[in-house]
Amino acid sequence: MPPSPPLSPCLELQNVSRRFGPATVLDQINIRIPAGSFTALLGASGCGKSTTLRLMAGLDRPDAGHIILNGQEVSDRTASERNVAMVFQSYALYPHLSVFQNIALPLTMRHLGKLGRIPGLGRLIPGQAQARADIRTKVHTTAESLGLCPVLHQKPGTLSGGQQQRVALGRALVRDPVLFLLDEPLSNLDARLRLKMRAELVALHQRTSCPFVYVTHDQAEAMAMADQIIVMVAGRIAQAGHPRELYERPAHTDVAAFIGTNTMNFFQPHDPVGALSNNRAGCIIGIRPEHLHPVPDGDFCGHFETAEFLGPETVLGLRLPNGKQITATAPGDFPLPATGHLMRLGADHLHYFDSRSGDRCVGVR
Amino acid sequence: MISRDAQKALTTVWLVGPSTLALLAFIVIPVVLVALLSLTNYQFGAAQFEWIGLQNYARLFGSALGQRALINTLLYCAFVIPASVAGGLLVALGLHRMTGWAPRLSKVLRTVYFLPVAATLVALSVAWQMVLHPSLGIVNQALIALGGAQVNWLGDRSLVLITLAVIGIWQTIGYNMVLFLAGLSAIPPELYDATDVDGAADGWARFWTVTWPLLGPTTLFVLVVTATNAFRVFETVATLTKGGPAFASDTLVYAIYREGFIYFKTGYASAIAIVFFAILLVLTLAQFFLAERKVHYR
Repeated sequence: MPPSPPLSPCLELQNVSRRFGPATVLDQINIRIPAGSFTALLGASGCGKSTTLRLMAGLDRPDAGHIILNGQEVSDRTASERNVAMVFQSYALYPHLSVFQNIALPLTMRHLGKLGRIPGLGRLIPGQAQARADIRTKVHTTAESLGLCPVLHQKPGTLSGGQQQRVALGRALVRDPVLFLLDEPLSNLDARLRLKMRAELVALHQRTSCPFVYVTHDQAEAMAMADQIIVMVAGRIAQAGHPRELYERPAHTDVAAFIGTNTMNFFQPHDPVGALSNNRAGCIIGIRPEHLHPVPDGDFCGHFETAEFLGPETVLGLRLPNGKQITATAPGDFPLPATGHLMRLGADHLHYFDSRSGDRCVGVR
Repeated sequence: MISRDAQKALTTVWLVGPSTLALLAFIVIPVVLVALLSLTNYQFGAAQFEWIGLQNYARLFGSALGQRALINTLLYCAFVIPASVAGGLLVALGLHRMTGWAPRLSKVLRTVYFLPVAATLVALSVAWQMVLHPSLGIVNQALIALGGAQVNWLGDRSLVLITLAVIGIWQTIGYNMVLFLAGLSAIPPELYDATDVDGAADGWARFWTVTWPLLGPTTLFVLVVTATNAFRVFETVATLTKGGPAFASDTLVYAIYREGFIYFKTGYASAIAIVFFAILLVLTLAQFFLAERKVHYR
């Protein structure tokens, strides 16, 4: 179920554009981040998702449009004035500071004066001792929740990728930000650790109840974690919505191709798909591989070429009589025929797209 | 057939042997010979010599002339090292920032700053001689035009060392700038983004949080190179002042040259060379051991 729209969004981008020289990287985009939501910005590299995140953070300024954070226009405010937290793809840890100092840095910058930050001398300044003690308590609480206590006095260079990731999270968590921005934070981790951190991030989001904006190019990550996915294509928002809506009713062929573990099959009007093309003439038909199965009385035929056994299911690679390659799925115990064998295929859940614009044809289920 | 162990040992000898021999022949043995010579009264071309113990060293540290050369060298370093390291860093910071809004001008200025490093110092010294000429030089012409008095930059005993130091700084800044520029471009830009998000918004806080600590290894290297070059100052002294006037710009290396190759007092020159060697050795070791913990992120 999609979440009911909250009364006031935490962050709103209104008609925001960003140009770098002659190139328009973002073209009049509109985004609403509801309070307490987990939003994924999904898109291929170069689609403008990282630029959008930098605009949200205040590391970059829009050329046009408004950025509204908790009801206030913040387009001209710096990152630290906005009180947002950000986790970087490369973690961006300070290599010369210990884990403790890395996590404490946002607090020391905010709560200790210029003189108070000087090591040694800071202790002599009245009022700073209490601030230092508070910082120490907060850092220890954060480190404990992330399992970083044993490494607090090590330098980031001696830690594993997963631990560095946690330190970066700790640095973002230690103060109470109004918004959490994460720029492909898991892309440098190995597959197993990525799955583990995925679950931890979701748990973290539930604990903090602070809105998360998560940039990724991995649709599986976005589908698994987010309650709102914004698909970006070439500097524009292709579609925004609940993962289920994007999967079931993709608004454009680009979105349909991006969402889903196995890429959707697209059939042009001239492809030989038998009775299927009669439903709506002149449309591109999209069928997800998980909705295309070998059945005795199927609508059309394909030559069997390859099989990928995944356990519960088998992904079949087939070729249509006109040479087009398609993908279908069969149960894991499906008896595989010889290569080149002609199989009949049956489909459910058809998507129709306009063959010129690629937009979803309205009124067709 | 020889055994596997013997084969390994032979390979090691083959790989390490040539460079070890070269080190022995060109560095270790000459240093030992110079150290031995420094304990004699040997004169170049003489048929015999006597062992005189530490008398050469006593003369260097005891005589006004020897002390003069030592103090001049230390004073020269005290001017040149901090000024050219700080100057190189400032120029590098400025040019690094300038690449953002004026990349061409930044490149031109880099070349300009680097020219003194690429050119021959002896030739440049002649140019400096003209620039600093008491009556014809452009510096004094400008001073007089502005209503000042004529200054004898290279002939005034109280000024000559500072003048040489300024030329030394001018010559070193370009080299240090190039090293600092390399260090600056190696700092990942996300770290500055991180400091922005973490609340270190002004340039001052960014410098002390990221730039300065991450330039640590570069700064150490620049310090060592600048210090050794400053202690070795010779070309400008030899071409511009010959240690004068009245030994006011005499330095250790120039003293080695004068005693050894003009007066042929090889024993005494060797003693100065050994003192010079010891100072550089102590300096380099101290810099490495003191700074290693601070500079390497472990």
